[in-house]
Amino acid sequence: MTTPTPDAEKLLLVLTEQLRPALKPDTALVGIHTGGVWVAQRLHSLLDLQVPLGTIDVAFYRDDYAHRGLNANVRPSDISFDVAGRDIVLVDDVLYTGRTIRAAMNEIFDYGRPGKVMLAALVDRGGRQLPISPQFLGATLPVADDERIVLSRAGDGRLHLAIESRSQEGDGR
Amino acid sequence: MTRNPQLGDKGELRHLLTTEGLPREILLRILDTARSFLSVTEREIKKVPLLRGKAVFNLFFEPSTRTRTTFEIAAKRLSADVINLSIGTSSQSKGETLLDTVANLSAMHADMFVVRHAQSGAAHLIAQHAAPHIHVINAGDGRHAHPTQALLDMFTIRHYKQEFQGLRVAIVGDVLHSRVARSQIHALTTLGVAEVRVVAPRTLLPNHVSELGVQVFHDMREALADVDVVMMLRLQNERMGGALLPSAHEYFKTYGLTPEKLAVASPDAIVMHPGPMNRGVEIDSMVADGRQSVILPQVTFGIAVRMAVMSILAGSAP
Repeated sequence: MTTPTPDAEKLLLVLTEQLRPALKPDTALVGIHTGGVWVAQRLHSLLDLQVPLGTIDVAFYRDDYAHRGLNANVRPSDISFDVAGRDIVLVDDVLYTGRTIRAAMNEIFDYGRPGKVMLAALVDRGGRQLPISPQFLGATLPVADDERIVLSRAGDGRLHLAIESRSQEGDGR
Repeated sequence: MTRNPQLGDKGELRHLLTTEGLPREILLRILDTARSFLSVTEREIKKVPLLRGKAVFNLFFEPSTRTRTTFEIAAKRLSADVINLSIGTSSQSKGETLLDTVANLSAMHADMFVVRHAQSGAAHLIAQHAAPHIHVINAGDGRHAHPTQALLDMFTIRHYKQEFQGLRVAIVGDVLHSRVARSQIHALTTLGVAEVRVVAPRTLLPNHVSELGVQVFHDMREALADVDVVMMLRLQNERMGGALLPSAHEYFKTYGLTPEKLAVASPDAIVMHPGPMNRGVEIDSMVADGRQSVILPQVTFGIAVRMAVMSILAGSAP
């Protein structure tokens, strides 16, 4: 593979600077499990936000449940602030088909009717199947169909991006 | 070894019929998933779209209000269509066989049957004969099993005690006639608690109960010493007055859970009951409504646990 893998830590700083001017005091970040939560945790602390970080696991809203069943490791969603009327930034690590974002938006609306909903992603690999695009983006990273982009987190919280071939794929979601 | 009729070719859960022989990983997966559903039930809109377009039939051949209602709520929160049938009052009384009833309901495009039946093994029988895409949940069969009750009890224990390891658990009451007790014992031993004790008069214990891996007691104060969890069983009124028990009053004196008897348990022991309670027979109101009682949270957790079971089953392909 010839595409150089970008440094996740640098992309975090890029995202931070994009987000800073767009945030109101009551804007909330909501990370999508698992990678999106890691990114959102870092952004939340880099931006020194007051509203507690929200996290969601979209397993109960996925459109492929009928084919793939329920994810074996679904985690509880945790949104402790009032969603109604509030601006929300959904945060994911890798933006691909857009189906996860659609599921996340459906879930958010079951907590209440938000004000503006925006999307931040660390990387965009293309391949969208829905009319969804990010307002805040670290980098575009086109990869082959048989490759996947994997975010990992070290013990000290630092993030790292890697490109793997699909044959190494585990769950693939 | 015979194949577990609840599991598919890849070891996935296809039906929930009993906690006996269910692998620990499956029990834990249900409990983990239920924890996520608990947060759904605390939201403004307590519904998720997982079972949209699916038809869940509650087949109750034996009366039950609470269990049927919690299954109904669980299915509705998963966006399923729910059809409630109290079958004692319909076709069966006209002579239709159990399997004919099920075949007819299958022809109505059922996706899941929740079965309560007075006959042990009824849910197994239905699972064996239903179309491959249909999932069956045993909501209580005879004296045999009541797996979702046991699972919600395990969820409750984990909620308050975090870990199963090291726990001492006492099951008190009519173990002989109790499908709940049997399912609890299998689940507790699989999940690896330190000790399961059963406490009852000799007439209310099955002959070979110790073979299930439990310690047998006949004295409440010995049995409850230092336990972390007290699981009460309902004393069925119909057992009263026969050869098995002298009277409700006598039973309460010896085996009823009073604050005095509970005092020998661990100070932070929790008290559970599957309902409906007979106050003043197996449990004193002071305990039922007391600080250590988690009887009402059990009901709330029961909905999340049944949502977890239904969504794991419906997601396993035929």
